[in-house]
Amino acid sequence: MFDELIANLRYRLIASLRKPRFDLPLLCGLLLLMGVGLATLYSASDLDRGTVGAQALRFALGFALMLLIARVSPLMLRNWTPWLYAGSVLLLVAVALLGEGRGAHRWLDLGFVRFQPSEMLKLTMPMMVAWYLNGRPLPPGWITLGVVGVLILIPVGLIAEQPDLGTALLIAASGAFGVFLSGLAWWRIGALLGAFAAAIPVGWHFLHDYQRNRVLTLLDPEADPLGNGWHIIQSQIAVGSGGLWGKGWHHATQSRLDFLPEHTTDFIFSVFAEEWGLIGVLLLLALYAFIIARCLWIAANAKDTYARLLSGAISMALFVYVIVNGGMITGLLPVVGVPLPLVSYGGTSAVSLLAGFGVLMSIHAHRKLLIA
Amino acid sequence: MASWLRPLKDTRLEALVFRRRALAGFLIIGASLVALGARFAWLQVSRHDEFSLRSDSNRIVTRPLAPGRGLIYDRKGVLLADNVAAFRLEVTPEQVKDMDKMLAALRDVVPLSDDDVARFNALRRNKHSYQSVPLRLKLSEEEIARFAVNRWAFPGVDVVPYLTRSYPLGQEFAHVVGYVGRMDEGDLARLDKGDYAGTTHAGKTGIERYYEDRLHGEPGYEQVEVNADHRPMRVLEGGVAPQPGENLYLTIDAHLQEVAEAAFEGRAGAAMAVDPRNGEVLAMVSVPSFDPNPFVNGIASADYAALLNDPDKPLLNRALRGGYAPGSTMKPFMALGGLELGLRKPEDTVLSVGEFHIPGQSRAYRDDKRGGHGRVDLVQAIAQSVNTYFYSLALDMGIDRLSTFMTKLGFGKPTGIDLVGESGGVLPSQEWKRGRFNEPWYPGETVIAGIGQGYWVVTPLQLVQATAIVADQGVPHPLHLLRAVQSGIDSKPKLVDPPAAKPSVIKNPADWRAVQQGMIAVVASGTARGLNDRFPYVIAGKTGTAERYSRTTEEWTMISSSPIERHQVLFEAFTPADDARIAVIVALEAGRSGAHDAAPIARKMLDAWLPIDQAEQERRAAETSGDASAANAGQP
Repeated sequence: MFDELIANLRYRLIASLRKPRFDLPLLCGLLLLMGVGLATLYSASDLDRGTVGAQALRFALGFALMLLIARVSPLMLRNWTPWLYAGSVLLLVAVALLGEGRGAHRWLDLGFVRFQPSEMLKLTMPMMVAWYLNGRPLPPGWITLGVVGVLILIPVGLIAEQPDLGTALLIAASGAFGVFLSGLAWWRIGALLGAFAAAIPVGWHFLHDYQRNRVLTLLDPEADPLGNGWHIIQSQIAVGSGGLWGKGWHHATQSRLDFLPEHTTDFIFSVFAEEWGLIGVLLLLALYAFIIARCLWIAANAKDTYARLLSGAISMALFVYVIVNGGMITGLLPVVGVPLPLVSYGGTSAVSLLAGFGVLMSIHAHRKLLIA
Repeated sequence: MASWLRPLKDTRLEALVFRRRALAGFLIIGASLVALGARFAWLQVSRHDEFSLRSDSNRIVTRPLAPGRGLIYDRKGVLLADNVAAFRLEVTPEQVKDMDKMLAALRDVVPLSDDDVARFNALRRNKHSYQSVPLRLKLSEEEIARFAVNRWAFPGVDVVPYLTRSYPLGQEFAHVVGYVGRMDEGDLARLDKGDYAGTTHAGKTGIERYYEDRLHGEPGYEQVEVNADHRPMRVLEGGVAPQPGENLYLTIDAHLQEVAEAAFEGRAGAAMAVDPRNGEVLAMVSVPSFDPNPFVNGIASADYAALLNDPDKPLLNRALRGGYAPGSTMKPFMALGGLELGLRKPEDTVLSVGEFHIPGQSRAYRDDKRGGHGRVDLVQAIAQSVNTYFYSLALDMGIDRLSTFMTKLGFGKPTGIDLVGESGGVLPSQEWKRGRFNEPWYPGETVIAGIGQGYWVVTPLQLVQATAIVADQGVPHPLHLLRAVQSGIDSKPKLVDPPAAKPSVIKNPADWRAVQQGMIAVVASGTARGLNDRFPYVIAGKTGTAERYSRTTEEWTMISSSPIERHQVLFEAFTPADDARIAVIVALEAGRSGAHDAAPIARKMLDAWLPIDQAEQERRAAETSGDASAANAGQP
């Protein structure tokens, strides 16, 4: 019996090596990205090993979570989806009632760990949209669209209420990407975008003053260079002074001398751009493009609609992070708290991102299996 | 097909649709990333220079470095103005949470006067809160130690070393060297802002003020990297070291100055010593004086008020600005004028009977001696200070010619010495009186002008200048205080070219000889007889005793019982009489007579400058050269 057990384990080991549960190119891309992230963080934190150690620990945790999720079959994920979605929305309600945080109520303290439930939605939102669309005829009609709209707007409304408009928009986008990938007719997309554009003036009234300021600041940062415009101006100075080749690792004066605020978190891309120049930026963007492309390739090879839509939405959400963060630090978009994936310092974001990649790994590993 | 019916799913079609959409999505992503990359390229390549500049101007601050101020020496290298290391307390307001509370607590550790706090608050208003502001200057060692122990309780307060000006000889040179003080708005308006960006002190009076440009030096700068809180992180390469100012060697002789000042024994007055051959000022004394050192780092207002309210006016530079009625010291100049204008010959005599009258007028102009001096010629008139001789001479000369001639000797206008704030005195003339009082000139005023009374006001500087002109047989050498400059401690001091001499004011050397004989006679047998005793050279001089108050005023009646209080006394002299090497004047604001009070001070100055042993040495040197020439003469 003991021999049998050994033989069984050995078989499973060999099988898992032969048919890896992870996608090697994607894994390499992620490891490379995390390496770049830690190196940049080490410089941006002014060689603070504590910060880098903490981030590495989170990467390790996220990585373990990724490998764990990779072993869960998409079928199981699909079955759990409504409950996970309902659970995370309930947590959002809990945050709205009991949450804590500076100014905005985003955090939930469970005693042993503090986390942002909104981060969970980054995963459960595309899951829910994919789950729902999976059961509907595609391309979706107005009714399907309406139901999806409700599914999206409930958590997004709760998050926007915190207020955390940046995260709310990102989560809304991840849901919307599911609908886009499901084959929603272009004219309907056009109509929706038109309605969205028409709603912007109405939405302006619901924005908080600080949020309006951020948008106005974007239009003319020099109007208040020491106040509202400080972030945008100092970030552009950091990026622009980096030049073609950059100032070199740990030579970013803008961050080392504290001119650039939030230089380990939201504005770490500026530090990278200052140190590595345009060449480094283009290489980093290429790395992101590679990871996104690989994710979309995995999505295209998935065997059912749920897996396809889920993995596709997660990939495209990743792209939104990069474009929003990059747009923010270069002064194209208003300052919203969107981290640069796997480079910015911050635990919840790294863990939720890696969990998302775990879902992709799982879908990749199970692409050959027939799913009922 | 009704949508409420659950339709069949076409999985194959869905996969196809998804792939198309995924491709479309990726194209959008790719386009967006390219757009983002283009934005980076625009910032990092097209606008790189602009942002590089802004990045540097963020972090690099140019800090001015103040040059070391030049030192001041006397003619022999005695140090008169020094830079000494000191410590001051500086406060960076940004780092202090509650300034009032901090200052109150700091007072228990280091004494702070209300003046210190008031000045600190005034300075603070003109600076950024991240710039440190001096609070207390010149900390004592005990204060530094006490603060060091309590330093932890005072974030933002630092002990900072600096160089401060010190005047080792103190009050003796306060009126010549002057002092530096913290720059005020007047200084800022006068001086170049860029050159003084790092400088806190500038010359306020005296040599310190007049030669500010030479003493200040060339400022340098350093480049400092600062962080976003303006805190300096490190000094970058590429600064320029400041060039210290020039060291000045004055014409003053510290020993002579010291002797002259001591000889006053605290009596208010002024003394000047000049080398008549070149106009070098050897001594310039104004008594009483004051200690200039407290002015450097801000004198306490109570102390300053005490100096201002002192009836003897210690802050007044009497040599430069003091106005004296010249009295009989004018007589040699009058005599010279009479000879030069051809109004008198040396042998002409005048009968002094004790009173002089303008023809047709009843008012009597007196001689000092009751009954008069009898018949006197020019030499006797000077020697005995016979008023009648000069009353009649002045009347013959007329006020216009009198003032024109006195102008040649430098009266009525500043001498142009290298000091700021010189007064020009008053040289009476018809024109002056009309301008000043809008009144005509009366002949009686000409008469008393002949003995240096009336409207005459001279400064000690003007008097010594005129004496020196006579001493050098009529050649005016502009007075000056700067003898040599030294740039850099290693280089040799370089003599400064003295201002060029002007043409002689004496046309006929015989005229000069007669006046000189009169002045020799003053010391030999006249009013100052005995002054030449045990002195190696012949002294030519003239006493002056002028009434301080008009005899008609109440003050005169009040003090008329005290001859000392009643008179301003003066003495002028030069020696050796034939080849003068020093001309001195002494002015005392109160005294019995010029001979009694002023002349002894002058004698002490002459002793200090041309002592007997020096004279002995020179005599022997002359003898040996004489022997040598005699030997040469004997050879052929």
